Amino acid sequence: MTVLSAGSPPRTRGAELKPRRRRKWTGWGFIGPFLLVFLFDLVAPIVYAIYLSLFQDKLIGGNKFAGLANYTQALSDPQFWTGFERVVLFLIVQVPIMLLISLGAALAIDSARLHWTPLYRLSIFLPYAVPSVVGALMWGFLYGNQFGLVSDLDSWFHVTLPNVLQSGTWILPAIGNIVTWEFIGYNMLIFYSALQTIPGELYEAAELDNASSWRIIWHIKIPALRPAIAIATIFSIIGSFQLFTEPAVLYPIATNAIGSAFTPNYYAYNLSFNGQEYNYSATIAIVMGVITVVVAYVFQRISQRNQGA
Amino acid sequence: MAVTEQAPSAARRSARPARGSRKAWNPNKRRKSPMLTAVMTLGLIYSLLPLFWLIVNASKTQSNLFSTNGLWFGGHFALFENIKQTLTYSNGEFLHWFGNTLIYVVVGAGGATFLSTVGGYGLAKFDFPGKRGVLAVVLGAVAIPGTVLVVPTFLMFSKMGITNTYWSVIIPSLINPFGLYLMWIFARDAIPKELLEAARVDGAKEWRIFFSISLKLLRPGMITVLLFAVVATWNNYFLPLIMINKPSLYPLTVGLYQWNALSQTAGGTPIFNLVLTGSVLMIVPIMVVFLVMQRYWQSGLAAGSVKQ
Repeated sequence: MTVLSAGSPPRTRGAELKPRRRRKWTGWGFIGPFLLVFLFDLVAPIVYAIYLSLFQDKLIGGNKFAGLANYTQALSDPQFWTGFERVVLFLIVQVPIMLLISLGAALAIDSARLHWTPLYRLSIFLPYAVPSVVGALMWGFLYGNQFGLVSDLDSWFHVTLPNVLQSGTWILPAIGNIVTWEFIGYNMLIFYSALQTIPGELYEAAELDNASSWRIIWHIKIPALRPAIAIATIFSIIGSFQLFTEPAVLYPIATNAIGSAFTPNYYAYNLSFNGQEYNYSATIAIVMGVITVVVAYVFQRISQRNQGA
Repeated sequence: MAVTEQAPSAARRSARPARGSRKAWNPNKRRKSPMLTAVMTLGLIYSLLPLFWLIVNASKTQSNLFSTNGLWFGGHFALFENIKQTLTYSNGEFLHWFGNTLIYVVVGAGGATFLSTVGGYGLAKFDFPGKRGVLAVVLGAVAIPGTVLVVPTFLMFSKMGITNTYWSVIIPSLINPFGLYLMWIFARDAIPKELLEAARVDGAKEWRIFFSISLKLLRPGMITVLLFAVVATWNNYFLPLIMINKPSLYPLTVGLYQWNALSQTAGGTPIFNLVLTGSVLMIVPIMVVFLVMQRYWQSGLAAGSVKQ
């Protein structure tokens, strides 16, 4: 993502320029096919969506240029804002919990103080290999009070746990749990891969100084992990703002708790797919896309500055 | 900058057989901690229990699902009947959807990998007019999450009248800016300039050089990109959900979702046992792929690869 693209191009230029003056246009033959599809898949839809967002389809008068009317409507649309606040809340609560658990797991696996390390690494990663549709379906069953785990717990302990699927309060934490379950292993591996690149000499030096495990973690491992933490956070920001699959899959069993505008993405989907309000749907998609890209970009700048790069 | 530097170098390092020199400091001599192991076991239970539940319940008949303990096998062991029923239910739609998913994966992910490889090679090994512009645009696009594009693409495709076709799912899967980025970085380092120069001196055409020499050297990077593209298309849900409303074109993800939605509606046929068994059948291939190709997904993850 942005992070990765930030500073790379200058490195090649000098080295690649001179020797190939005579083959000027050959490179286009290689990048051309990608660019053609790129224009059609990425540029065209965005341009078309911006175009659509400037029109309104009225019963009387038909399709008419409306300027920024759709945007002003979106900015004062309580359904959009409720969904937006929901994903922000999700971001503030779920992402830190998930990343902290992942960080702890990565440090534990890297610490060499764990029995059967590969078993833990593989098992905790495994949920990432589960398609998110299947993950959401499965957790939907588990939450259910028909034959899910919740109904078993109820009967074993003679309690009545809340039915999270019917509760406006519990549905968001319930989805947070699904996403956490799906992505702990993924983030753990990002952190673990970064830990693996720390040169052994650093540890040898720390050992000579008799540094405690905690000091090694704090002074060697965490600083080395900062770029990986930045990447994981950016992916999680995007994932939260673009939340769609889990609420969409749970909708049939949690219809009232989720509604039609649970997240901005789900709202845009419902507007265009069920509501045929194409112009307004395009507007919501653009507003949310811009917010996502801008927030991810700003976060990246801040984290780069803090790393002194 | 630090981010940029670290990620691709980690990718390169682990995509190749040679590993870092961490061995000098031997971590294995450290004392094991039962406490840490116990805490991590909680994490292991959290990760595996839902999957265990899924497998246990996929082996139950529809009626035993409701009458037996959810965390253990109960009543008649019906896994194989469930599998048979899943595959044959409603004229074998599950198998049909599986076939559709295969088409989306093979053409979509295969095409994306091909375009990324060829394009990344072009960027890494040639200088051409407009290259800087191309780089800026394409790498800027890496920042746009795929989900942002789904609704706009649907609106455009529906205007063009190509929703409800295989192409409506395949075409958007063909572009993978991150794959291009990865292949660009990879091609830059994996193919020595001298090798290309030598082939050119021998009079070989550029495309011949690419197919007969470069492609072999690019293989580890290509497999990483392919793996992530395969997983992304196999799991793809939002795109086919919005593009397709003809059951004959559903991929497995949307099909399973529809089975579940039908089971939940009043008056629908409850086929929870099939939804559960279908879920198991959907997980198995992807887990096999992940296990067999551990080396590659770890290098892709190290490079901070796709999340959706």
